[in-house]
Parts: sequence; C-alpha cells; structure tokens
Amino acid sequence: MEKLKLSFKRILAVRGMGAALIALAGWIVLYIVFGAINPMIFKANNILNLLRSMAKYLLVGVGQSVILITGNIDLSIGSIVAMSAMISATLMSKGVSVMTALLVAFISCMIIGFINGLLVGKFKLPPFIATLGTMFCARGISYLVNDNRNTNAISSGIGKEAGTAFQNFFYYGKTLGVYNAFWIALIIFIVIFFILSKTRTGRHIYAVGSNIEAAKLSGVNVFSTITKAYMISAFCAFVVGLILCAQANMGNMEAGNCYEMYGVAAGVIGGISPLGGSGLLLGAFAGAGVWQTLENGLGIIGASVGLQRIVIGIIVTGAVMVDILFRHGLSSKKIKNK
Amino acid sequence: MNEAIVSMRGICKSFPGVKALDNVDFTLHSNEVMALLGENGAGKSTLMKILSGVYTRDSGTLEIFGKEYGDLSAKQAQSLGIAIIHQELNMCSHLSVAENIFLGREKMKGCFLDKKAMESEAQKILTDLNLDIRPTDVVGNLPVSKQQLVEIAKALSLNAKVLIMDEPTSALTAKEINELFRIILELRDNGCGIVYISHRLEELQHIADKVTIMRDGQFISAMDFKDTTMDRIIADMVGREIKEKFPRVKCEKGKKIFEVKNLNAGKLVRDINFSLYEGEIVGFAGLMGAGRTEMTRVIFGVDPKESGQLFLDGKEIKISNAGEAIRQGIVLAPEDRKKDGLCTKLSVKDNIILPNLDIICNKFGVLQSKKENEICGKAVKDLKIKTPTVNVLADSLSGGNQQKVVVAKWLARNSRVVIFDEPTRGIDVAAKVEIYNIMNELKRQGIAVMFVSSELPEVLGVADRIIVMCDGRITGEVMAKETSQEEILTYATRFENKLAASAQEAQ
Repeated sequence: MEKLKLSFKRILAVRGMGAALIALAGWIVLYIVFGAINPMIFKANNILNLLRSMAKYLLVGVGQSVILITGNIDLSIGSIVAMSAMISATLMSKGVSVMTALLVAFISCMIIGFINGLLVGKFKLPPFIATLGTMFCARGISYLVNDNRNTNAISSGIGKEAGTAFQNFFYYGKTLGVYNAFWIALIIFIVIFFILSKTRTGRHIYAVGSNIEAAKLSGVNVFSTITKAYMISAFCAFVVGLILCAQANMGNMEAGNCYEMYGVAAGVIGGISPLGGSGLLLGAFAGAGVWQTLENGLGIIGASVGLQRIVIGIIVTGAVMVDILFRHGLSSKKIKNK
Repeated sequence: MNEAIVSMRGICKSFPGVKALDNVDFTLHSNEVMALLGENGAGKSTLMKILSGVYTRDSGTLEIFGKEYGDLSAKQAQSLGIAIIHQELNMCSHLSVAENIFLGREKMKGCFLDKKAMESEAQKILTDLNLDIRPTDVVGNLPVSKQQLVEIAKALSLNAKVLIMDEPTSALTAKEINELFRIILELRDNGCGIVYISHRLEELQHIADKVTIMRDGQFISAMDFKDTTMDRIIADMVGREIKEKFPRVKCEKGKKIFEVKNLNAGKLVRDINFSLYEGEIVGFAGLMGAGRTEMTRVIFGVDPKESGQLFLDGKEIKISNAGEAIRQGIVLAPEDRKKDGLCTKLSVKDNIILPNLDIICNKFGVLQSKKENEICGKAVKDLKIKTPTVNVLADSLSGGNQQKVVVAKWLARNSRVVIFDEPTRGIDVAAKVEIYNIMNELKRQGIAVMFVSSELPEVLGVADRIIVMCDGRITGEVMAKETSQEEILTYATRFENKLAASAQEAQ
C-alpha cells in the first residue's frame, strides 16, 4: 500500500501530469454524461467507431503538440493531410503500386515538414507566417496533383483486391477486435511519447520551447531540433491523409480542412501550453478523446452541426480558461486569505 | 523634521510551503537612506512588496505617515507616494520614454492624448536628473543602464515620498552609479525616505544613513551606518563570520592550455590575444560594454568571428557553434541567467542535464535515467544547491541557487576551459564564496578558468592574473598580487586606441 502510494506520488510529480489526468477524467465524465442522455453511446459498436474516428484527431493532436512544445505552431497540417491523400490516391487510381504511391506521398509530405523547419529554425520566420505560406502551397499542390479534381476510386487503378487491402489496413480492418486506424494512431502516439520523454531529441524539443537562447548556449542545435519537430508533425499529417483516403476510397482535395486547429484544440485541452516548454503528450491523447466524444455524443443525441461547433468552441476556450483561473486562483487566494 | 514615515511591526507572510517573513519590524524616517540588507531569500523583496501593496501581509501592523493601513493595495500605496523600482525592468520597450513615464495616467486634452504636455514634463524630470535622454527616445533602443534611469525618472514623476530601490545599480556603469547616488542624496535632502536594497556592500559608504539587516525572513538588527563596521554587517547577514571573502588556493602555473590569436568580431572584439595556463584563474576586468561578454560568446561559437585562431593544447581548433565548443572541452556559464542560462520552465534536473545529454544518452539517443540521477545528485551535493527536489522548476529557486544551477550544468563533464561570465551578479555573500570555491577547485584540477567580472574587488581577490579590456581591445595585463584597483581602472578607461583608430579612419 505504501509502495503504491509512493509510485502514485511519483507519477503525479511528472510535470504536466496533473493537466493530462484532469483531461482524462473530463473525457470519462463527458462520456458518462452523454451515455446518461442516450445509452446508445455505451454500445460496443459505438465505442469502436468512436476510437476509429478519434485516430485522426489523436494524430494531428500529437503532431501539433510537439510543435506547440517547441513554442511554435504548424498551420500546414491540414493541407499536408490533403496532399498525402491526393498524391497517394491519384497514383493508386492510376495503377501505381500501393508501396510506391505511399513512398511518393511520404517524401512529399516530409519535404513540406522540412521546409517548415528551414523557414522557422534557420531563417527565423515567425512560425505563424511561415506555415501559413506552406499551408497555402501544400493545399495548392493537392489541387494540382489530379488536375483540380478529386480522384477516381483507388480500386479502379490498383484493382479491387489491392484497393480493399489498403482500405482494410488503414481503416476498415480490425486487429484484436479494434479498428486498425486506432492501433496505427496509438502506436505512433506511443513512439512519439517515448521520443519526447526519453530521448535526447525530446529534451532538446522541450529546451528550445522553454528558452531558445539557453538551449543554444547549452550546445543544442536549434535548427535541427525545430526541423525534427516539424517533420514529426508532417509525418502525423501524412498518416492522417492515408486514413482519410482509405475511408473514402478516393482522394479529396478538401480533405483535412481545419485539422491543424483540431490539433491545437486537442493539445490545449490536454494542458499543453501554446507558449512552449511545457505539457505532457498524454494530454493530447485525452484532448483528442474529449474532442471525438463531443462530436460523437452530440451527434447521437441529435444536436445540429452548428450547435456541435458552438459547444466544442466553448469547451476549448473554457478548458484553457479554467486552467488559467486555477493557477491564478491558487497564488492570489493565498495573498487575499487574511 | 525626521519623523517616522513608515513603521511596520510584527509583519508575517507565508507562501505555500515557506514562511517568507516572520515577525519583521521595519522603520523608515524622512530624510534618510535606509539600506535593507540580507542574503538572497532573506525576505527583503517580500517586505518591500508588502509596503508597496503588491502583497498583503498575513499579520502585523503597517503605519504610513502616522496612519494605519490594513490591506494596502498597490494603487493606494502609489497615491500615498510609495514608489518601487524593481530589480527586473518593467518597461514597454516599444514605447517612448515619455509614454512609459506616463503609462496608465496619460495626460489628456479632451479625448485625445496630450503628447506635448507629457513630453515637456518628461523632459523636465530628465533634466532635473541630469540625464542625457530625450523623451521621444524609444525605450527598447536605450542601453539597459539608461532604461534603469528611466524607471527612476518614472518613480520620481509620481512625487514619491518613499522610494524603494531593489538592486538599482546592478546594470549601471561607474559613472551612472555616481549620478544615481547624487540623485538619491538630493532626494533625501528634499525629505524623501529611501529604501536601498543592494548586494554591493561597498556602495553603502557613499549613501547609507542606516542599515536594517534581515536573515531567513527574520529581522536581525538595525543600526546607524556610521556606528557599525562591514564585518559586523556581513556577520549579521550570514549568521556567522565569513573568514575569507575571497578564498584562494595556491597552484603551480603549468603548461599552456588555451590560446586566442588575433581574434576579431564586430566592434567590440578587436585584435584579442591571450593565453590560459594550467593552475591559474584569469580575471577579465573592464567597464560595462568593454566587449568581454561579446568576446566570450565568439570564443564559445555563439556569435560568428571575422578572423582569428583558437588553439587548445597546442592544436588549432575550429568552432562554429556552441555544440562544437562543448565537444572540444570549452564551456561557458553565461551572464544573464534568466535570458541565456536557464530554461526556467524546465526542472532543475532537466537544466543540469541539458548540455550533458551526449554523456547520458546511449548510442540510440535514449536517456539513461540512472546516469541522469547520478550526475544530478552529484551536482546538487557538490554545489550545495538548496532545492526541495531536483524535479522542481528552475524558476522556483532563489537567485543564488539558480546561478548555482547555471554553473552546475558545466561541471559534470571533463572540460579543458571553463568561462564564467559575471557568475556572482545579484547573489549573496555566502553563495559568492561557494562559486569562488568552485573556481578554485577547477583551478586545482588543472582546468583553465576565465573569470569575467565587473566587480574589481572580486577580480583582485580571486584571479591570479588579470586582463583588462576597454572598447573591444585588451588594454592591460597585470598580476593580481602586484596591482591595485586604480591601475586596473586606468587600463579600463584607456580609450586612446579608439581615438587613434578614429583618427586613422578620418584620414
């Protein structure tokens, strides 16, 4: 018992754990509240669907969170999602093999990530502007890839069998009873979680976000650290593009619209500071869960899309406000106590 | 004439986990300069924040101009004529001097700003203070020392009767300090009460009338300055007698470790040549802006050099960024700990580990927490860093302990050259001695130590050899044993080179 208490204390001592756990608790409460209104939510089928749809928010949330921790932002995520979907779908619908198509899409997405890193890390452009530029460019590329049209069905090119295999691998198939999309997102989440907490690159990412000058004077290569972060984010967006492509059996030029902002939302709900240097990636996991549960729950209880948006907007702002009030409250209360 | 204008009795104040003030008494009269002394974390700043309404006390009484105030608010304190000049500057760097002075109480003409009135009034204050600053200057473009003076001008424009200065001289040059002292004495003679907080005890003789000493949140003693001695003051501050303010170890001067040849970079690093040997600490003295910090940054690879060569153990080395310098064995503990030294949002442990990740990670770049804890535990023990655990944020430590963390970052690895840039700025006597001991220990291990400091007594006390810089050039080199403050100052103000150079340019 003592031992359990001690290890629990040690877990709580990890910085950012508090916010992440609160977000996790909020997720569960939200889920139960929706379930009380409509028990449909508790059905196994719905849970599986919820986890599957959550995959894309988890991925963009993780990618954006890594960028937020470096003290920057990545507005190009949504456009990279579209690029990934359009390039891979165009090639596959024209009969190019799955592997080659994915490789070409992967390389293209990583190039955008690298350019983001170059602009922000090397040429010191404000990240908001730099990635605004790449956001437009990447979206433009996803239009041009198939001559300003959405693609045909991917199975029309690579054949029915290969098409189904691709769709199953990324979206429709299940492993151990859970949809593959969720597993893919979870594995990527765990790998990036490990990178952030246990490797040199991870420490550098936190240090750059906390104090870029001090990091530089400690021998941290700021350019390579920021570039790595943007490439991690681009990689997450690439995978989301494939998931969307598999789901729709085609490439959509407007895929991933606004996803960069969903990523910001998932991150800040989970307590990742948009000012950089702090936050635990576990928070992004909880944030993505909160987000998907809201969408899922509000849909099932029959709220209109407009209403859904408003509720989601209030929750994102509210989460950050509560966090700020909580912190301020703690310090100012002590002063006013007597 | 000399009535008590501020009288605080039995003030207590707690923060979560710390009792910052414990039953403190403090009295300030008009027409006096009261030096408030104590080590870092003694509670001086907290006490003054209560007086200026930033914090409210937990218990105790607070009397100002004979009237008792319960919970004093910052606005109330301001209207009573209490002005505080904080250690860290609080200026809007994009606004002009006049705009900053009148920030929050702008003069209006109808619904428009009365820019002219504000500028002329600002000009009047600046002239009174004999400052060479225009009201239209943008604050961010002024050097830090001038910004500090603008802060003082702002306080004066509020018609302050009680002026609290928290380490006002830490960023000023000798000339500006004299000017500031003149202003302080003038204000005193006009009836103000001034509270002066400083770690530079040698300043007190010029201005202090009385001293109040605090330690660990408690009131220790108050006395007339002329009736006391420095030793008594230091003993009261530290709680014990410090035997040696400047400890020194004897070492044989060994072989040459590091050499800089013809180093040039920008205006403030011109034609620098020097060598460092085993078993000696080399002090770098000079006025503010002499180019010492710039030189250390160029050597460390943070700023690019124009020309010049660096030799380590006889071999030429190339350094183009800090990472390379660190790998070659040259490390720098920078001057400004908040700006350059620490990631304040990270833990003490993360900060100590940051430059040493190459030692701690295995070949796949994965951290080994055992090694991490080992290095960290050793650093905390060796440097006597006072911290509840190594997992607290670096920000939560006191100034002296933060400085120790900045130094600790660099001691875990086997370096050949360790550069300290103003390592003792703003920290207390006891912590200073600990930093000197660390430098002595490095010297004993045969590591070349470069010690940049603007405080001559400590350079003279700790360094073996002193290199003096002025205006980006080395103007003198002396042995600490054979020199005096006067001689160093002569070298430090040798601007002839500059005159000669500009004459040459003119031709």
